[in-house]
Amino acid sequence: MKHRSYLALEGIGITFPTPKGPFTALRDVDLSIEKGEFVALIGHSGCGKSTLLNIVAGLTKPTRGVVFLDGEVVDQPGPDRAVIFQDHSLLPWLTVAENVRLAVDKVMAGKPRAERRDWVMHNLELVQMAHSAAKRPAELSGGMKQRVGIARAIAMSPRVLLMDEPFGALDALTRASLQDAVMAIQAQLNNTVVMITHDVDEAVLLADRVVMMTNGPAATIGEDLAVKLARPRNRIEMADTPDYNHARHEILHFLHQRFSNPTDKAA
Amino acid sequence: MSLLRPVPSEPPPQGCDSLPQAEIIPYPRAQSAAVEQKRGFDLSPVIDRIRGLALAVLPTVLMIAVLLMVWEIACSGKEAALPTPSEVWTESYEVIMHPLKGVEMDGLGFKIQDGGDVGIAGHILTSLARVAFGFSLSAVVGVALGILIGQSKLAYRALDPLFQILRTVPPLAWLPISLAIFQQAQPSAIFLIFITAIWPVILNTAAGVQNIPMTYRNVAKVLSLNPIEYFLKIMLPATVPHMFTGLRIGIGMSWLAIVAAEMVQGGTGIGFFIWDSYNSSLLTDTIVALVWIGLIGFTLDRIVGWIGRRVARQA
Repeated sequence: MKHRSYLALEGIGITFPTPKGPFTALRDVDLSIEKGEFVALIGHSGCGKSTLLNIVAGLTKPTRGVVFLDGEVVDQPGPDRAVIFQDHSLLPWLTVAENVRLAVDKVMAGKPRAERRDWVMHNLELVQMAHSAAKRPAELSGGMKQRVGIARAIAMSPRVLLMDEPFGALDALTRASLQDAVMAIQAQLNNTVVMITHDVDEAVLLADRVVMMTNGPAATIGEDLAVKLARPRNRIEMADTPDYNHARHEILHFLHQRFSNPTDKAA
Repeated sequence: MSLLRPVPSEPPPQGCDSLPQAEIIPYPRAQSAAVEQKRGFDLSPVIDRIRGLALAVLPTVLMIAVLLMVWEIACSGKEAALPTPSEVWTESYEVIMHPLKGVEMDGLGFKIQDGGDVGIAGHILTSLARVAFGFSLSAVVGVALGILIGQSKLAYRALDPLFQILRTVPPLAWLPISLAIFQQAQPSAIFLIFITAIWPVILNTAAGVQNIPMTYRNVAKVLSLNPIEYFLKIMLPATVPHMFTGLRIGIGMSWLAIVAAEMVQGGTGIGFFIWDSYNSSLLTDTIVALVWIGLIGFTLDRIVGWIGRRVARQA
């Protein structure tokens, strides 16, 4: 039997039926991700990167191909592949702690109450939100909500952490502080992460590998770039290193020259 | 990677130190303490509250006063069809001042004397008891049916057209059917309330279930919530605001239905009281009853709205 990576996407394709005939969003996506790797998926909007993430999450079924996680076929959603949604999707009727608790109760069913409560607080501390445990999402800023979203996901101790443009809805300064928080958490937990982004700097700063998608329809992986920057990474120091600029340049070249924004082309 | 263009040969940027730095001009420190406002009296919060209350209530009170005056003047002619407010006061003085005639209060419970001369509050209590029963039934059945057609596409296709047609049938039109089924006044009145109030409950609950945001559904899927957990932790709290919109419309409609039902059926209740006063040519009594009905309907609406807000906050 051939060796399979921890997370392996093999020949993934998806075709949606539309009134105008079948529409192929993704084709021939092969992607191998090792345990503990942080992979960023980057591409123009409409290239199907969110669809790809949903396929890994099990929320969308591919029409072709298989996703393997640790040798097992993935075909439905589960807490072992926690998702951090772009819009944080906290439940507004629950407090911060209760939102995380909902996930913890599910993955730690059978463990004593106190242990589950401690685990909730531990994860809220990781994202520096323990002080707001009793608040409701409506009382929090966008950045704080997303911190809770991160806490809820990592509290599931997932085998793969999936992030769907996690900071896309945040302002630049808040985004930077959340990126730092994610790097700090990643240094501690060493999760296997797939993150969708369309921010080149974010991809280079956070990821070990940047996977670039071609434009749809029938999008697929165009390029796979290893980011060889030592960790821990510091955004200010890194901004001046040749390695950083090299990686950045390659991605920019891919996105803006080889596969420029499809809407620009149409115009 | 080899496919990519080589990095251009421009010199790599140097460290921050060597870049020409913009000079930072220290900004004069902001005037430390903002000018403090002195408040002369400490009573201000109390006065503010009273003023706020007055501003909220005063326009309504004034409007009512103006309307009563217009009514008084308009109906003061000898051939006026309707009595004036002052005539209502004098002629229906007994009805207004002794609403609890024939009602024995017993703690929270009450007993209404059988037949004979019962005060208007007695009639209203009878009607309210009917509404409470019929409306509770429609709330339970309506929420259940609403969740069913909100959740299942098949049930929606099967039942929604039916509900859309039935909901337009006016309460009085149900009366003959209701009487035919139940033979007796009491259960047919309750059925009438039930069948009138249930449609908005069903349709609003269904809309609430159908409008649960995709993201909440996705959270539930990622957490692998089972159907019971999904129902209790996502669907119910997400649907509560819609549900209470339906219940609020429903309670209003059931109050409309009870009056209609009792007017025809007779016996007891506020609807009967109106019918009776009309037959006895006591138009002033009818007007007193209308005021009572309006106030009770308004109160019922507010109570359900208030419960809805409380539940939505707790949920």
